[in-house]
Amino acid sequence: MSSPLSRADMAKIVARDIPAGSYVNLGIGQPTLVADYLPPDKHVVLHTENGMLGMGPQACGDEIDPDLTNAGKLPVTELPGASYFHHADSFAMMRGGHLDVCVMGAFQVSTAGDLANWHTGDPDAIPAVGGAMDLAVGAKTVYVMMTLFDKDGNAKVVPECTYPLTGLACVSRVYTDLAVFQLKNDQVYVTETFGTTVGELSARLQIPLVAGPSPD
Amino acid sequence: MIEVCGDAGDALRDLRDGATVLVGGFGEAGLPFGLLEGLLRCSARDLTVVSNNAGNGDSGLAAVLATGRVKKIICSYPRQVDSWVFDRLYREGRIELELVPQGNLAERIRAAGAGIGGFYTPTGVGTPLAAGKEVRNIAGRDYILELPIHGDVALIRADTADEAGNLTYRKTARNFGPIMATAAKITVAEVSRVVPAGAIDPESVVTPGIFVNRVVLASGPARSGPARSGSAHPGSREATR
Repeated sequence: MSSPLSRADMAKIVARDIPAGSYVNLGIGQPTLVADYLPPDKHVVLHTENGMLGMGPQACGDEIDPDLTNAGKLPVTELPGASYFHHADSFAMMRGGHLDVCVMGAFQVSTAGDLANWHTGDPDAIPAVGGAMDLAVGAKTVYVMMTLFDKDGNAKVVPECTYPLTGLACVSRVYTDLAVFQLKNDQVYVTETFGTTVGELSARLQIPLVAGPSPD
Repeated sequence: MIEVCGDAGDALRDLRDGATVLVGGFGEAGLPFGLLEGLLRCSARDLTVVSNNAGNGDSGLAAVLATGRVKKIICSYPRQVDSWVFDRLYREGRIELELVPQGNLAERIRAAGAGIGGFYTPTGVGTPLAAGKEVRNIAGRDYILELPIHGDVALIRADTADEAGNLTYRKTARNFGPIMATAAKITVAEVSRVVPAGAIDPESVVTPGIFVNRVVLASGPARSGPARSGSAHPGSREATR
């Protein structure tokens, strides 16, 4: 593509890459948008950490039920085949390797796949972690969806995370507005670019990049 | 037979200074608002509260924190757009925070209820939240030791109770209720209705009555019609509408 992706376009591309029939957890914030681009015939089942499988779209009007919310505490709906369960079961699904894919936002991802997304380390910031660390270690595949640079222009794919870590070597793909990255064996593969080139990205990120998907 | 308390104050009559109080809920879903109002009227101080969040807005758990009678909160996600009560207390150094990854929080509560002395989990390995915790390599993977969280009292929100103390829940309001019920010396459930024993299908019971000591009827309107299993049963008591 010839220009950087909008948030909606990023969500479309993540949705495209989620295998049919997967059990998927979408993190709060931007990743929630991915749900809008998962067609019903793909049979993806959404998990929400607060205790539900088979989560439907956000509720509106008369559908709103304060007892039926997602991880971002927004009202949602249930789909046929949905189930409810308590928190220990919900996190057994996450930690126990039962979810195929999770999609999270991030402050930083290292070339080794380390993830930092819960705390900026600012001493005045109030830390909050939620289920991010459980997803990082437990989901079979961890996708990150974020802008490639922060608002000050700092790269968010980095040689080493400087923010406090969420999990070690857990991220396998990073979807950004400028490129899609695959992380494998400490190598960073660029599978798609949007309005830029691998050469330009390598210069801006100051990390070695390999054009094309990882060989396997 | 379960004890059906007349009001939340009665249900919390033996709460002591220094108690650990498990509070169900994820955001406002499953938060036992009536019991938290009862907690506001108690005089017990130096409480430790265990809950996923640290209060929203000015009611519920936030109102309890605002009394200054909570010295410590153990939770996974205190920072929210409307957590200003906690934010202020934390920044003023007036409340201690133990931040726990959400799954470790749930499992520590579950472990307490199940008589488990601790468990090794991969969640948090290599992060600041593993600081000071024992690390053990099992079959090539690193885990950290997490210890159980016992409560003196658990305050949870369920949907229907029967007179044997069996509970059902509603949708994602179930969240921490079933595990917190197992982990405290006294479990109090705020419910939308109390039905006679036998009116909940035993196959549909989520929390067996052995884990429940007291119930109190919620004062707000029930969010659903009567449970399918308990509908229009003679002897049922409903929350006021």
